[in-house]
Parts: sequence; C-alpha cells; structure tokens
Amino acid sequence: MAQLEPPTAQRGYQILSSRDLDAQTLEVAMGPHHPSTHGVFRMDVVLDGETVTKLKPVFGYLHRNHEKIAENTSWIGSMPYTDRLDYFCSLTSNWAYALSVEKLCGITVPERAEYLRVILAELTRLANHACLAGFFVNDLGAMGTPLLYALREREKILDLFEWISGARMMCNFMRFGGCRNDAPEGWLAATRKLVAHFPSFLDEYDRLLTGNEIILARTQGIGILSSALAIDSAMSGPCLRASGVNYDIRKVDAYGIYNRFNFRVPLGDHGDCYDRMMLRLLEMRESLSILEQALKEIPEGSVQNSAVKIRNFKPPKGECYGRIETPKGELGFFLISDGGTSPYRYRIRPPSFINLTVLEDMCLGQKLADAVTILGSIDIVLGEVDR
Amino acid sequence: MEISDPQEMEGLRSELQKAGVFVTTMEFIYNWGRSSSIWPLQFGLACCAIEMICTAGARFDLARFGAEVFRPSPRQADLMIVSGTVTKKMAPQVVRLYNQMPEPKYVITMGACAISGGPFKQGYNVLKGVDRFIPVDVHIPGCPPRPEALIHALVTLQKKISAQTTLPREQGDVSNRAYDKGDQHYPVPQLGAHDIVPPFNPEVWHPEPVRRDS
Amino acid sequence: MNIARLLKQFPGVRSEDGASLVLPRELALQVAECLKNDPEFKLDYCSNVTGVDYPDRIEKSKAADGSETSKKIPGFLETVYHLYSIENKQGPLAIRVRTADRTNTRVPSLTPIWRAAELQEREAYDLFGIHYIGHPDLRRILMWDDFEDHPMRKDYQEPDDYHYEPTPHDEVLEKARKHYGAA
Repeated sequence: MAQLEPPTAQRGYQILSSRDLDAQTLEVAMGPHHPSTHGVFRMDVVLDGETVTKLKPVFGYLHRNHEKIAENTSWIGSMPYTDRLDYFCSLTSNWAYALSVEKLCGITVPERAEYLRVILAELTRLANHACLAGFFVNDLGAMGTPLLYALREREKILDLFEWISGARMMCNFMRFGGCRNDAPEGWLAATRKLVAHFPSFLDEYDRLLTGNEIILARTQGIGILSSALAIDSAMSGPCLRASGVNYDIRKVDAYGIYNRFNFRVPLGDHGDCYDRMMLRLLEMRESLSILEQALKEIPEGSVQNSAVKIRNFKPPKGECYGRIETPKGELGFFLISDGGTSPYRYRIRPPSFINLTVLEDMCLGQKLADAVTILGSIDIVLGEVDR
Repeated sequence: MEISDPQEMEGLRSELQKAGVFVTTMEFIYNWGRSSSIWPLQFGLACCAIEMICTAGARFDLARFGAEVFRPSPRQADLMIVSGTVTKKMAPQVVRLYNQMPEPKYVITMGACAISGGPFKQGYNVLKGVDRFIPVDVHIPGCPPRPEALIHALVTLQKKISAQTTLPREQGDVSNRAYDKGDQHYPVPQLGAHDIVPPFNPEVWHPEPVRRDS
Repeated sequence: MNIARLLKQFPGVRSEDGASLVLPRELALQVAECLKNDPEFKLDYCSNVTGVDYPDRIEKSKAADGSETSKKIPGFLETVYHLYSIENKQGPLAIRVRTADRTNTRVPSLTPIWRAAELQEREAYDLFGIHYIGHPDLRRILMWDDFEDHPMRKDYQEPDDYHYEPTPHDEVLEKARKHYGAA
C-alpha cells in the first residue's frame, strides 16, 4: 500500500504538529454498557487527544460465583454451570471439566465417546471462530453483513447440537467417563454433510474479509504483542500462536485422542490484530480436516464407561490440574478433592480473563478506535472472564 | 350518537368496511405505530444476549416484528431486554440505564437469571431478580430462552401496548404510565460493605409471604 | 524435572506429595526466579494462580491412658501456581506459598517474575484476602472496591437476601427459616 505523503507547509498555511496542540487529557469509562465491549466489560481509558495513554480493565460485572456454587454442589452438579462459562463454546467447557475429573479419578473413556468429543469440540471451534470474525469486523464498522453470514452457519451447527443434546447453546452433554447419550440416527451423516459444505462458506468469508482494504488498514500493525510478553503473561490459544509461539495443547498434551489426527498448527509472525484474525480463519480449515478424519474413523460401541457411578460420586483424595485447548485458549480446571461428594476447591483457569492481562500494553499509544479492535481480536466472553 | 358497547362498535366498524369506509381511532393508529416499531436497547448481559443476537439474525429475523433496530443509547430506546444474570455490581447500572430511557418504556426479562437469579441464585454477587428494582412487563422463562420465546415475548408486549389507552376516557382511566405520572425515576442502589443497599426497592417489589404448612 | 536437585539447593523448600513444592515465604522469589531461568526447568509459562483456604481445625487425639486431648491446628491460606515450560515442553509443576495463619496473610507476590500472575493474584486478594507484597496494583477485581468480605473463604457469611421459593429444602430451607424467623 502506498504511504500517504505527510502534509507540508508549502501550500501557504502552517501545519501544527501534534506537539504544538495542547491536547486535553480525557478520562473515558467505556462500559459496562458499551456496544463494542462484548458484554459487560469496562475499560477505564485515559486519552491524550485520541491516543490511549493509560487503560485499566475493570472486571466483575458478570461475577456469578460459579466457583463458590460448585464447592457447595455435587461433582456432576457443576457440569451445567460449565456450559455457562463460555456460552459460545459450552461443549469444550464440558470437556475440560470432564477431563479434569477423569484425570483426578483415573477414569477411562470409551473410544466412541472420545471421537464424539473431538467432533463436538471441533464443531464448537468452527462456530466460535466464524462468529468471532463476524463480531470483530462488526467492531470495525462492518455492521451486520459478515456477522449475519457467520450466524447463518452457526445456526446449522447449533441444529446439530440440539439434535444430539437437546439444547442449542447449553448442551450439558459430557459426563465423567463418556458422553450422555450416543449420536442419534442420521446425526453423523448430517455432520458429514455440514463438514462437506463448510469450505464453500469459508471461501466466501475469505473473499469478503481477507483482502478487504479497510480491514487491512485497521488491523495490520495494530496491537502488536511480542512473543516474549505473550509467554510471560500466559496468553493462550490463538492470541499466543499469533505471536509466533508454537504451543497448541492439542499437540503438546495430546489429550483425548488428538495424537491420532493429522493437522497443522497455524502460526502468526507479527502478533498484530490481523494475524490474530487470520489465524482463526486458518484454524477453521484445520478443524475441518480433523472433523473429516474423525467422522471417517469413528467406531461403533458404547459412549459411557459404565463403571462410573452417577449418584454419590466421590473421587479419591487428591488434586489435579486438567486443561484443554478451547477456541479461546487454555481452559483449565484445578480441582482439590477431600474425598467428599463436592469439591473442596474448584478453580477455573479462564483463558479470556488471563488474555486480558496485557490489554493495556497492547493498547498504549494506539488510538481509541484501535483499542476496540484489539479487544475484539483477543476474543473474550464475559461469562468466562468474570465467572 | 354514542356507542359504548365495544361489540356494537366492532359490528358497526365491519358494516362500514363492507361499504368501503374505514373507521378507526387515533388511539388505535398510535398504538399500532408504537407496538410495531419497538426499538430495544442493545444491552447484552450474559448468555441470553447471544440468543438475542441470534433472534436478530437472519434465521429468526426479528425485523419481521419491527423490533430489529437495536439502539446502543438508552435515550433512543423503548424496550430494555434484560438478557442475562444481573449481578449486584451491575445492578446500579441497570437501574440507571432504565432511568435514562424516555417514557413510555418497557422491560422484558429474558431468562431465569434475570427473573430470579436462575441457576446462579445461590451466588453472593447475584441479584435475585431484576424486578427487585425496576418494573417488568414480560418475563421469559428458560435458560436461555429460545429465539422463538423472545419473539413470543415481543408479541405479548405488542398486545400489551395495543391495549393501553393514551387518552383518558373517564377521569383517572389511564393505563399508560407515561401519560399518567410522567417520567418515572427509580432510586439507584448503592454498593455497600456486604451487600447492595437497599437490597430491594419496596415500592416496586413486594416479597411473597412465606407459605408453609408445617 | 529434577526436583531433588532443587530441594538440595534450597534447604527450606519441601515437597509434601512428591509433585508440588511448598516454598517458604522468604525464599519464594528466589526459588521462583530459579525455576523460571534455570535451563533445566525453564518454567516460563505460569498458567494458573489460585488461592485455597484451609480453615482452623481441632484435632482430637486419644492418649494411651484413654484421656482425650484436643489440639487446635491453625489454618492458613495458600496460593498455588501451576507452571509449564513452553521451551522444554514440560509441566505442570505446582508451587505453593502459604500464609502464616488466616489473619496474618502477607506473602510475597510473584508478579515480578511472571506477569501472568498479575490479574490472578488480584483475584486471590479479592476472594481470599491474601495480601501480596510487591504486587504493582493490588486492588479488588471482581467485587466492588467498598466490599469488605472475602467470599471464597470457607467461613464467609452471605448477606441475607433470601428469595421466596415454593418448595425450599435442605440448605435453602434453613436459609428460609433464618430469613423469615422460626415459622
């Protein structure tokens, strides 16, 4: 792109540099009711003219005390609450909790359930990333169109979720040692059909977004995050990989059966908003490849380990930290059991929350409109930030 | 001639329609306009907000009911859809936003959390129902309610608006708050040392008396 | 990971369950720095930081002559850090820093070592009341600034804002009874 020539004083009038203008410092509280903060998030911003000189995120407007409630309820009783953590991706939150409890008790999961989990998690990733890109360009000013396209595709995926679990959003589908029920007849065929048609949507989306001049101008070089700072601040998920750190928990931990699938981990090399958005578009293609393999290989069999008790479920004394790669990043559960029917300590490691640690560092020196872009590119969900 | 019986009025209206004469009242036209172009506040609190976005999306298409114009500013909105858990930390802001909306204004509580705290009722930071502080017109149960349920709530609200009178027929016969009392402002709760103060507004919310046999 | 070497290097550090390290308060920063920079560990990714509350408890023991003695064991608050290494692809290693007891809750902050602890230590300060010395910005994060309690502690008393339920049972029934008086 050609650089704009800086205006000069040759045309007979004096150009004031920004230093000459005594800009007033302005404090703006963006949120908790603000259309571009993705919920009830608040940023207290100090502006010099239009440049951000200070930014403090304010949390807690959706603090629903999930951890306290979970410590007073049974182990399985927390499963529906995990749906409401990251309400875009209820199934991956389910999986993270189920995986942590399985790790704590040493429960094995039947083959078919593992495949179902992978299929549902990758479908969730598709729905989340498509919508994220839609919301992100919505924040840039593309009101409606890309988001409506993404929501149209998301509805198709939600139909599949509803078919298998009975609910569109709050699926509450995973159980300790498997899944609640098997896929109904025809479900796998419908999923295969969706997976076969999804690339055409992605191509359409790519044509709409990737080369768009406004998106390039608004996102390239904005909100750069170095790989060293990304690691130090425990960024996770696409934000970490956009800064060039090759760390995907699906590869590193190979939880579930991810070591059986052949997929690539896209990496960014600038760590700016553009990389973070493009990385998600690329990840969707990899998810499709995982889905194709899983749908081909899925075996017959039971989906629930019948040795696991549902009533009076008591894990042995001990503690464990289990984590998975959700669309937002590393979702971990730190559980301490005292041998009772409810957890002694139940802690969620929320990726959206921890990814906001360096929000200020990314926004300093940028324009206020860019702060909105940067927040959109991190991809937060307030249910998870405040829990 | 004065016709007071609504049935007789309806009969006369259809008789005249057959002759090509359409008779209506100003009130009907006015309410029809109001109920068919409700502008909701773009105000997402939690999970239910996602279903609200889906309702505005292409599949459920809230625009069919004239309510797709989500306004980010409370000054331009008629309807507040409280879509999600209202925490105690958020409660003052919700009441303030409601106060900032111009009359006539309506409230739909979407989902179990906004109605009563829902699954998070036991939480120390969760307000057990937004109707403790602001008057609510339509409740939608569900966690989250489906988009169809939101549309149903909207249609219910439209019926409610259509039944409101704007001009007093008799002394004191006014069902529309805007014309009755003028702008309503509700006291904003304060964040105290252990809880919000006061925990509810006694003018708006009357706690159920406990009924137990034993 | 060779934890044994670390235990030899820092005599105050203990390992209770063989997997996690309990750091004494005065050594915490030093050990954390070693864990982050030592080429053998390189635990550069501090994934999870959280507080845990262990209330005071009374332990009864029976002596040989049949007389019962009860001993009060003071509780403490604990911060658990889960560390991973991106470079060496290893982890997690849990390290624990404990307060002296439940009223004297000062511990060193590890935010200067791992930036990731910044918001999470603020959360533990808010919900558990652990005071991190050396934290750059220790304020309440989830609850409002004027809030005085620490709700994730085991002995936290909720405000009485019981809401009518048609069929209360168990704990809710207790709460309802308390709210409406003995009826």
